[in-house]
This record gives sequence, C-alpha cells and structure tokens, in this order.
Amino acid sequence: MSDFVLKISQELAGKIRAHGVQTYPHECCGAILGRESEGAREVLGLMPLANRRDDSPRNRFEVTPDDVRLAEKSARDQNLELIGWYHSHPDAPARPSEFDREHAWPWYSYIIVSVQSGQPRDMNSWRLRDDRCAYDSEAIESTARSASI
Amino acid sequence: MAVKVIIPTPLRAYADKQESVQLQASNVGEAMQALTARFKELKKHLYSDDGRLRSFVNVYVNDEDIRYMQKDQTPLREGDTVSIVPSIAGGLQQ
Repeated sequence: MSDFVLKISQELAGKIRAHGVQTYPHECCGAILGRESEGAREVLGLMPLANRRDDSPRNRFEVTPDDVRLAEKSARDQNLELIGWYHSHPDAPARPSEFDREHAWPWYSYIIVSVQSGQPRDMNSWRLRDDRCAYDSEAIESTARSASI
Repeated sequence: MAVKVIIPTPLRAYADKQESVQLQASNVGEAMQALTARFKELKKHLYSDDGRLRSFVNVYVNDEDIRYMQKDQTPLREGDTVSIVPSIAGGLQQ
C-alpha cells in the first residue's frame, strides 16, 4: 500500500490521457500544478508542454530548463506549486523506466499514462525514493469536482 | 562575496527546508561546493557518482544559464542569485 496519495479530478486526468492520445505515437509531457498541505497533495492545474526531444520523441521526452522556469512562474502566478510532471509511454506500461529514474528528483509526482495503439490505458503516479534507487507508487485518488482554476 | 542560492522545492527537504541560503563564493563552482558541503544530502541529487553535475541539473546566475557563460567558472558578484533548475527528461527504455 502506498503512503503517498495524489488527488486529481476526473476532468484533469482526462486531459492527461487526451494529451497522450494527441501526441501518439510520440511521448507527451507537461507540468502538474497543485497544492500540498499536511501530506495531502492535489492536482489543480496542468500545463501541457512541447516535447523538446525531436530526435527520438517516440521513446524520450524532455522539458527544457527554460520551460521548467515558465512552469514555476505559472504556478506562482496562480498561487499554486509545481508539484510534478506527466508524460506518456506509447505502447508500453505506465511504469518508470531506468532512464526515468536517472533523470528524476524525489518529492515531485511523476504521472505516467500508457497509450496502447492510440488508446489511453493505465495511468499511475510515482515518487522517487530519497536514495534514488527506486520509485514508490503514489495512489491516484479520483475526485469528481472540477479543477478550481 | 555573499550570494543567494535558491533551493528548488523538491530538494528543500535536504536543506533544512530552506527556500534559499546565503553563501560566500567567487564563482559558481565554489557556490555549489559550499552548498553541498553545508547540506551533504543534497549532493547525490545534484551530482552523479563520478562527481559531475547530473545531466539534467542546470544552474543559472540571475537569469543566465551558466552553460552559455563560463560554466562552473562563471564569476559571481556581490548580491547575485544562483538558481538550480532541472530539465525534465525521461521515457521508455528502448
């Protein structure tokens, strides 16, 4: 059982899946904005971003540091925090790869949506452990309400 | 000279939950060394085992990326702000 829980509305979860479908067979990516208080973390906004890996967009994604700074500013402007990142795995499971692990930091929520033959399938969230050796699963709790922003 | 280093939110847990710290350093390399000497748990998230800055970790002085300046030899002036900004990367293993 995961100690971490990420709340997300059905509407925003649907937007992540739709982004993965839109860019299939390439990987999509984006920033996750939200709030955390007393360990409860909730997604309240998304910022779809361009995948800057033009050389291999089917199996890689990259968000440049300038785009990261834009996402941080967008979060601040909305009185939110940049709490994580989402991306898709075309025709592959919604599990982080070794490449994902090498390029991650703890604390962020990493949502991965699997898109199989153009259709969205599983969507999971992950948190890198402090020792960088592995990820822990973060339970996704679906909420009915619409995003507040 | 005194400079401010902004700690990115994900790494504040390894820096006594501080948003920023004041350090004495004359260039970026010194600032990063002073930072990781003060907060040892930060080091593994910024540097790989071979001692190099991780490929997805970027450093800015004020609004300039040090890759386009003098990298870790980029000089610092009194009051400069050093920011640590990740690029976000990942994807399938293939």
